[in-house]
Formats: sequence, structure tokens, C-alpha cells
Amino acid sequence: MIWLTWRQFRGSATMMAAVLVVITAALALTGPKLASDYAAGIAACTPDNTCLDFFDRFFGEYDALFLALTMVVLILPALAGLFWGAPLITRELEAGTHLLVWNQSISRGRWLAVKLGLMGLSAMAAACLCGLVVTWWSAPLDKSAVPEMAQMAPVVFGARGIAPMGYAAFAFVLGVTVGMLVRRTLPAMALTLAAFVAIQIAMPLLVRPHLMPPVAGTFELGRENVDGFGAPKGGSLQVFLRTSAVPGHAGAWVLSSELVDKTGRVISSGDGGPGPSTTVARGVPVSTTTGPCSPQGAMAGGCTAEINRLGFRQRATYHPLERFWPFQWIETGIYALLTLGLTGFCFRWIRRRVS
Amino acid sequence: MTAALEAQALGRKYGRRWALRECTIDIPAGHVVGLVGPNGAGKTTLLKLAGGQLEPSTGGIVVLGGRPGDTPEQLAKVGFVAQDTPVYARLTVADHLRLGARLNPRWDGALARERVARLGLVPGQRAGRLSGGQRAQLALTLGLAKRPELLILDEPVASLDPLARREFLQGLTEAAAAHGLSVVLSSHLVSDLERVCDYLIVLVDSRVRLAGEVEPLLAAHRRLTGPRRDPGGHVVSVRHTERESTYVVRADDARIHDPGWTVSQLSLEDLVLAYMDQRTEADGPVALEVWR
Repeated sequence: MIWLTWRQFRGSATMMAAVLVVITAALALTGPKLASDYAAGIAACTPDNTCLDFFDRFFGEYDALFLALTMVVLILPALAGLFWGAPLITRELEAGTHLLVWNQSISRGRWLAVKLGLMGLSAMAAACLCGLVVTWWSAPLDKSAVPEMAQMAPVVFGARGIAPMGYAAFAFVLGVTVGMLVRRTLPAMALTLAAFVAIQIAMPLLVRPHLMPPVAGTFELGRENVDGFGAPKGGSLQVFLRTSAVPGHAGAWVLSSELVDKTGRVISSGDGGPGPSTTVARGVPVSTTTGPCSPQGAMAGGCTAEINRLGFRQRATYHPLERFWPFQWIETGIYALLTLGLTGFCFRWIRRRVS
Repeated sequence: MTAALEAQALGRKYGRRWALRECTIDIPAGHVVGLVGPNGAGKTTLLKLAGGQLEPSTGGIVVLGGRPGDTPEQLAKVGFVAQDTPVYARLTVADHLRLGARLNPRWDGALARERVARLGLVPGQRAGRLSGGQRAQLALTLGLAKRPELLILDEPVASLDPLARREFLQGLTEAAAAHGLSVVLSSHLVSDLERVCDYLIVLVDSRVRLAGEVEPLLAAHRRLTGPRRDPGGHVVSVRHTERESTYVVRADDARIHDPGWTVSQLSLEDLVLAYMDQRTEADGPVALEVWR
């Protein structure tokens, strides 16, 4: 049975392996240079405290590649579900060959066990390798990425560490399950993709924030959490508060970020004036015509100090970067459980209902 | 000797529709059994139930003394060549033999290689490139080399041309005789089965109309032709024309000695057609009993 599985699987397995080898080789060759560029840059910027500028420059240089690699790791599990999982049963049913293979002297359970085992492990190995190599390669970029692209950020988290392995196992078995229920290849592939994408979107939105109780904190305003000011004519001062960064916790995943005054009241008003992306504009009752927050004063950089002096703070809940690996393990565990559940269902269903 | 296939009030429903019902048969081992019936009569359902591909909705079925199904022991005893003789299009002929060898403990590699060579199948050729006849032969080879005690074939010759049909059935008969295995094969054409079967099951409208060994069945039925009048006894089928009527009746009826009738023997095809004939239900009493 192992031979048969390999014989039928080797084409696509070889193709996947070839792609992985190319990616791994390319990353292995360019990774060290990236790391040394980063180290050199840090060494140069630390004395004169310009590392934020260096990060912007360094990340900007590689952001397209960074995004492309992240996408590859995110898409890989879906491919395993679509092209390995969904057709596993449907292709047999459509060609009628299930009647051939299930009438050899081997039970369907065994047939399924070997297929799921060999192909599932291959999918997991591929995703794990890809995930870890990309994690290694992009480590310098992860450290210098804008907060929305940091390691804990929803999109990037799923493309780092061991989580892709869990996704791949789940996507593969999801494909097999859908194939068993739908029994035709194309609808099964479409449905697998839709279901997997829905789950991958729901996970960071609905589940991941609650894997651990988030940390709450109140922070002084500064360059890390305020992205400039605005002064609309006749209005109050607009503070552009970042929604995805807190000071002192680089790479944290910020769940909520709001501006509070010195009594702790949330300031929800703002003129809605357009600020930089990933910020919210909040109105603060400070003179914009005279004093440190007037156009002349702002040049001197005293406005932030003035607002802090008046007691305005950022209040945020977040998951610090140190939780990256605990989150990776928990999330992989959740997907492992889902995978096991679907696998159990597959075994029961193939004995009773598929013919 | 255990029966090759024994069914008790066997039934199978798809949703609310019965594909097979009240099927009670007892096929002794060592026969080549022809399962005939029009399309949609339930032949495939019966065969799949016997192969363990389907679970019965009602009743029970025992194949070679065991419950058809999912255990490797039972699967090893029963060979199954499905309708349209499916094979893996992307695997070669040699791959298929290897598949058989890997998945069957009683695999007869010599037999498989010999058959493939004799049939002129090229081992390196992909099964998807084979003609319908070659594909059927490959599927049959897999079924035979597995060395089952019972070989089930579902419409194995349906897609073959007449010459390939004859070759296929001939090969099947020879193999059955050589290895002493029981065979059940289905077809909607009696002519396919006439030459190879010594046991017959007629399935119409998801029910068994007739089951028994061919020769006694033929000996027990006669065709009566004459003026339109009720011949009495077990009438299987009736056809009327303006001048005369044709009845198919059980021959143990004394009335066939009535000189008013022209009595003739039936061929297997006539017999099957008589039992398949739906008109009997409207025109007269029908013998629905099962012959043994």
C-alpha cells in the first residue's frame, strides 16, 4: 500500500520538493548577507540613535520579497488541501478506481491510513520546512518591520514558526473530508478553499487574541505610538495615535489602542481628519495657535511633551513579542486537534458511507 | 460445501427508492452464474452488496460463509471487477500487476504475467492508453491473479465489441475451470451469458424473478402456441396476435400434451425474455416464484 501511495503521489511530491529546494537554496544563499547587512546597520545606527530610520530603510528595501515569501508560506497549506487533499477520494470515485483498489485484500481503513499518513506527513514536512526557512531568513526583517508586519501581526504570524505545519495538516485532511462528502473534484476543491480561507481569517480575528489574556498598559505618548499631529483650521489639535504599536514592546501585537485623558476617560472624538494609515485621529484640547503645539512650537518638538504633561496617555491591550512561541505551539495544537477530529470522521465515513 | 452466495430477504434502498428488495437466493459454489436484467434492475446493487461495497438496508447476505465486507480475509476471498473495468489511467500495466502483488497475500504473479503476455499487453504501457477490451482484460487479470474463491464481474463486456466479448468470456471460462472458482457476472444481454453460464438469475424491477441452474430451467419451460385461451398452470408470459397466442409455461404442466397447442423448446434468451416481459402482469397471472 505504501508502494501504491508513493507511486501515485510521487509526481506531485517531487514537484513540491523541487520548489522547496529552490526556495530553500535561494534563501540559504541570501540569508547570511541579509543578516550581516542588518548587523552592520544596527552597529551604525545605535550610537546616534537613528535605528528607527535604519529599520524603515532596511525593511523598505526588501518589503516586496518579504511579502512574497510570507504569501508563499500562507498559501502552501491551502495548496496541500486543494491539490492533495480534495482529490484524494474524489479522483478515485470519478474514475471508479475505488472499486478496483478497495477490492484488493486490504481494508479501506488501511488504504486511508496509508494515504493520509504519507501525504499528510509530506504536506506537514513541506510546510514546516518552508515556514522555518522563511522564519530564519526574515528574522532581520521581522525585527525591523513596521508594527503591522511584525512577527505577531495576524498576517505574518501564520507564516512563521511551526504554525504552517499545523495549517498544512489541517488543510489536507479538510480537503479529504470535503472530497468524501462532495464526491466531485472541482466542487470539493472550491469548497475546501472557501472553508480553509474562512477558517484562516476567523482564527486571528476571533480565536487567537484570546489564546492568552492580553496585557493591558498605559503609555506615555512618543514617537513610537504617535505618528504626528494635525491642526485643522478652527479645530482642536489632532493626535494621530498608532493603533498597532506600544512603546517599549517592539513587535507586540496590539489589540486595542485608545487615547485617554488624565482622569482615564477615553477620548473617542476626533475631527476625522485623514491621518497616516494605521492611526486614529483624536482631538485634544490644546491650543494650535500659540504655545508648543502651534506650528512654530511643533518645529521645536515640544508638543508631545506638552500633551504628556497634560496627562494624555495611550491605553492599550496587547500580546508582547515574547508570546510568539507559546502562541505558535498553542495554535499548532488547536489545528492538530481539528485535524485529528476530521481524521476520525474520515475513517468512520469511509467504512460506512462511501462506495 | 458452503454456498458461494446466500441472501435472505436482502434489500437495499437509495433514499426512498428500493434498488433491490426481498432478494432470497442461494447459489452453490462452483458455478458460473449469469445475472441478467434490464438496466436499472438492481444488478450492480446486488453485486456491490456481495462485494461488500454496499451495506444492506434490510435482510442479510453471506458470501463464502462470511459477511461481505471490509476485513482483509474476506476481501482476499472475493474478486470484484467493477462496471466499465476501472483501472488507474496513469499507471502502467506492470504497475497494476505490482499493485496486485503488493495488496493481495495470495497473488499469483506467474499467472498474471502469463496472462498479460498471452493477451499481448505491453507492460510499460499506461493503462489509460489501452483499448476497452485490453482494459477489461487487465482488470480481469487483476481479479484472477488475486486467486479469489469467488469472482464477481459487473457488466464486464458491456463496452467491448463482439470479438473482444467472445475472447474475454472465453478467457473467463477457461480461468474459472482451471482454478475451480465460482463466478458471478452480470449483463443486460443474454447472448453474452448463454455460452458461459450454467446458473441463471433474472432480476427485474429490483426483484429476483428467476434463479436456478440453466439446464433444469430450460427443461422445465415450454412455449405453447395456439388459439387464444388460458392454458392454466404457471404462465410465465403471454403474447397475443390476432390469429394466435404464445404462452411460456412451466413444462411440468400436463396441458402441454393437449394437441391444440404447438409446443416448442425455449432457448435461454427466450426464457429470460419471458421472465423480463412486463406485459404478463397486465394480462394474466404471473409466476413470481423462485426456481431452484
